[in-house]
Amino acid sequence: MAETDQYTIDQFYRFISEGRLMAVKCNSCGKQTLPPRQICPECHSENLEWIQIGTEGRILTYTIIYIPPKGFEDMAPYAYGIIELEGNIRLPGIIRDVDLDDLKVGMKVEVCFDRETSDKWPNWPRYYFRPVES
Amino acid sequence: MHFRLCYPVLDVLRWNTLRKPLASIVSAGLSKFGKREGLSGRELFVEAAKEAFENCPNLDPKRDIQALIIGQMSESFEHQGHSAPAVSDWTGLLPVPAVRVEVACASSGAAIRYGVLAILSGVYDVVMVGGFEKMTSRTTAEVTEYLAMASDFPFEQWNGVTFPGLFALMATAHMHKYGTREEQLAMVAVKNHHNATLNPKAHMQKEITVEKAMQSRIVAWPLKLYDCSLISDGAACAILTKPEIARQFTDTPVHIIGSGHGSDTIGLYERSDYTYLNSTRYAAKEAFKMADIEPKDVNVAEVHDCFTIAEIIAYEDLGFCKPGEGGKLIEDGETSLDGRIPVNTSGGLKAKGHPIGATGVAQLYEIYLQLTGQAGERQIDNCNIGLSHNLGGSGATCLIHIYERG
Ligand SMILES: [Zn+2]
Repeated sequence: MAETDQYTIDQFYRFISEGRLMAVKCNSCGKQTLPPRQICPECHSENLEWIQIGTEGRILTYTIIYIPPKGFEDMAPYAYGIIELEGNIRLPGIIRDVDLDDLKVGMKVEVCFDRETSDKWPNWPRYYFRPVES
Repeated sequence: MHFRLCYPVLDVLRWNTLRKPLASIVSAGLSKFGKREGLSGRELFVEAAKEAFENCPNLDPKRDIQALIIGQMSESFEHQGHSAPAVSDWTGLLPVPAVRVEVACASSGAAIRYGVLAILSGVYDVVMVGGFEKMTSRTTAEVTEYLAMASDFPFEQWNGVTFPGLFALMATAHMHKYGTREEQLAMVAVKNHHNATLNPKAHMQKEITVEKAMQSRIVAWPLKLYDCSLISDGAACAILTKPEIARQFTDTPVHIIGSGHGSDTIGLYERSDYTYLNSTRYAAKEAFKMADIEPKDVNVAEVHDCFTIAEIIAYEDLGFCKPGEGGKLIEDGETSLDGRIPVNTSGGLKAKGHPIGATGVAQLYEIYLQLTGQAGERQIDNCNIGLSHNLGGSGATCLIHIYERG
């Protein structure tokens, strides 16, 4: 089995390192899932495929983190939101390059790719969001 | 193939136990909550156990207790896993079976549930349940890191969110959808701090004001320091028996008449709405149906106020008010000690303290005191039915129990 046939979180982040935002689509019921799962949570089908999804979305809700977790100390305070993407897919993450006073529910943002990885587990790259220029 | 799990045992249980207690509490104990320097988790548990034993002279722990089920969230705090046999040993219960259950902050809520089910199974007549956490020997940064482990690692933790951040996301959504105000969040903290001044075992005994809460340091906007529960050491326990034998041990048993347990996605982001918790709604439906009562029948409740917004959302999900009216409920004083439905008479996680693994049974303890008339200055009049609501993580787990004066 090719690695891309595996519907794993590791594979999702491998796609991120290639600058692609991929989700899993169920060919039985049509549900699109992110994070990927090996069994469709809706209908239990294993007839799945990776699909590339658009990078534009909107903020469903957000917070501004003033007391950051380990590894994020240099960035605080920073905006963190849950973003709705095409196909009712939701993804959480940091919203960069935004004036914290401008944050709003419904604001349009896009997914960007930070392809850098380290040798340390889990050696995943990171994605983030930034406002779409209007 | 379409495959769905069903729960034949629980269906029988619902049918079989209508208006009949599931199990009875014959005694309970709680350690003092706070910074308990020099005491380990198991030693705090013994402090709680001694109270439960002393208040129940008819119970011979060595002879009568047949199993121990405890909640503990994290091995990281004390570098101690496999804690159940150690707690059992220190409590003088060896060699009976001892097991630890873990669903983050709802760990000892689950201990209650599985203690009840152990009794209902017919295998045991007397089971001890409880929980503990020893948190204050760690730095705030370490505590934050260990607590974050109860959220989704690959998407939430990896991308820089904290636990206050997750509840802040719910607060923003609630404020956006319903117009809930930051002042209303602060009112939850003011109420719970007031209640804690009447609870000698509470971690913090200090009145605060809305102004003070509003001006406190921002942790994760819109949540500030006074919207967050405390980092505490503490332990709680209770002795559960088959209802038929409860009066051999005490004249004032409290019956558990409903138990609900719901689960949801570990990541908050995957849920369809951030203004309510489906795990709470599911658990509430199960518990109320089992108890055959309605939300309006509840006289006193302990709800999971890990953050102030969580208490407001709990009001709504438990049916104490309609969705979106939680802010108004606190503002109108309905959940104060003299209100229609007093909530968190103990001071809640906010001010009594939140030693994670102890919290579920600590909530039971407060309801037990209220229903047996032992709650001192914070005693609610005419108290017959109580409820406890215990969340794990950002709501991927919810345990609810309903209690009736025996
Ligand atoms: Zn499907």
